Amino acid sequence: MRHFLTLLRNEIWRLLISPSTYIAGFLFLLVMGFLFQWMLRVYTSDPQDETPSVLFFRMFFIPVFFMVPLLTMRSLAEERRSGTIETLLTTPVTIAEIVLAKFSASYLYYCSLWLITASFHIIFFAYAQRDTIIDPYPLIGGYAYIFLSGTLFLSLGIFASSLTKSQLVAGILGFSLVFGFIVIGSNVEDLSVLTSEQSLWLRQFSDHTDALQHMGDFSAGIIDTRAIVLYLSAALTFLFLSVLAIEYRDGTS
Amino acid sequence: MTTQKHTIEVERLHKRFGKIDAVDGISFKVEKGQIVGFLGPNGAGKSTTMRILTGYNRATSGVAKICGVSVAADPHFIKRRIGYMPENNPLPLDLRVREYLKYRAKVKEIPFTKRRRAIEQALESCDLLRAQDRIIGKLSKGFRQRVGIADAILANPEVIIMDEPTIGLDPHQVILIRDLIASLRGRMTVIISSHILPEIEMTCDQIIIINHGKIVGQGSPAQLRDTFIDHTTYQVEIAGTTKELEAALATIAPELQVERISDRDEDGFATAEIQIKGKRDYGERLFKTLAEHPHLRTRSLRSKKAPLEDVFLAATRRSWEEVDEKLAPPLASSSPKTSAPQGTKAAAPPPSQ
Repeated sequence: MRHFLTLLRNEIWRLLISPSTYIAGFLFLLVMGFLFQWMLRVYTSDPQDETPSVLFFRMFFIPVFFMVPLLTMRSLAEERRSGTIETLLTTPVTIAEIVLAKFSASYLYYCSLWLITASFHIIFFAYAQRDTIIDPYPLIGGYAYIFLSGTLFLSLGIFASSLTKSQLVAGILGFSLVFGFIVIGSNVEDLSVLTSEQSLWLRQFSDHTDALQHMGDFSAGIIDTRAIVLYLSAALTFLFLSVLAIEYRDGTS
Repeated sequence: MTTQKHTIEVERLHKRFGKIDAVDGISFKVEKGQIVGFLGPNGAGKSTTMRILTGYNRATSGVAKICGVSVAADPHFIKRRIGYMPENNPLPLDLRVREYLKYRAKVKEIPFTKRRRAIEQALESCDLLRAQDRIIGKLSKGFRQRVGIADAILANPEVIIMDEPTIGLDPHQVILIRDLIASLRGRMTVIISSHILPEIEMTCDQIIIINHGKIVGQGSPAQLRDTFIDHTTYQVEIAGTTKELEAALATIAPELQVERISDRDEDGFATAEIQIKGKRDYGERLFKTLAEHPHLRTRSLRSKKAPLEDVFLAATRRSWEEVDEKLAPPLASSSPKTSAPQGTKAAAPPPSQ
């Protein structure tokens, strides 16, 4: 792991000097800003049971759907397409270091974008009426969930990118994986096929992988270790699979 | 075996892609400090052999050793000892030259104290000092090529492997790179592949000609010429009729023949090429006879070396024919003779280095 920091620094530096980073960041914040503003409008028209921050985090999957593939599709696919993976793999770095550096760089960028959205809440509370109850815990829980689930979503994206040399394919694949995890995971229990006794295990399984449920729990202040274990272990699994994919595609062929 | 003497040892290397044998039983050895040129038509297996040597690809069978250590057994040992420039020279286009080299120096484990000097040296020897702060993506092809070479020599590795380093360079840059490669002689072992034949001839101590994954010729340029070119050519600038020239040649030996004769210039001189089958030296007798001839005036006489191009064509054509005739023995270099260019029987023994 002695090259990890070198590779990570290089990855971050290349993110920082690339205009597309700032454009993507700007568009992300624009979309989030609109969502936040729309949400506040909903609150002004009708009374709601939940605080605005809970509702805000309930919509977290909308930016995740497009941000995660955009952030990760380039990483390994581009390296392979341009052939720089060949110069990289003929130096003493290991594939695990490369994958981890790519993952960490995109994870840091992802987290920093989400952290900027915290300013929405600050602005909101700053201009809210005096008697508004300021409750920071759903916010903390919500961001904790964003950062936790980010490990899995980005590792899914990195994995998609490690399978191909086309950014487009990597992007579509990454989107499908993330979409599959969030949407199918949280809706599978509604399928009528699953009401029978035999598929009980599948329902139980989907209960555990329900991303929207996790989000709700976290922003309600329930920090569930089962979710933590699920996301971290799944993230590690997919990073490991990416290492294998590179080893297979670039090492032997 | 002789690890001290040979930096690179390759034994019966074999690489299969599906049904195609990209590399088919190649064996060769390279001494320390030598410069070796890989020659071969497209798809001959040059790049694959180089990739196997770097540890990037794994061989299907056979052993490749660098500094006495098998590449497959300890890839990380190998990776600390090689500088590799792949085909088409991939570079990150968004970085600046110096930034890129700094990053590569770190990745290649050059200690902090030596890093600056190593980068400085690489920049200087590739004439990149003026371009060091420019973005790689905005550099011309020649500059990019030199960035790739600078990267390969950066860590002062024991073995440098460059896949077509001079492709896309202008003549000045080609000379620069050639001098650069020549300056590495003795210090580092260099393997380059190229299509530019004179290039290889000028810089390399040993040439390995590959076709269809097999070595079809191996040795120094002179040895290769010996093996594949079975005629001697003299070029003479002469004034006089062709008939008289032919008559004069016949007095020396019957096998002397005028192969080609150009038009006369205003002084009445024409350039004639005299070809002799087999390797025999008629230089002195030719000179004497032509000088003493009453009607012929000679302005110059020189023996013409066959260009490496002819050697290359002869070697690769020979292996094509072997494939066609399905003679294919395990190693082309020890194969029986088929035919050499111009349809003549080859007189020289097969290469056996």
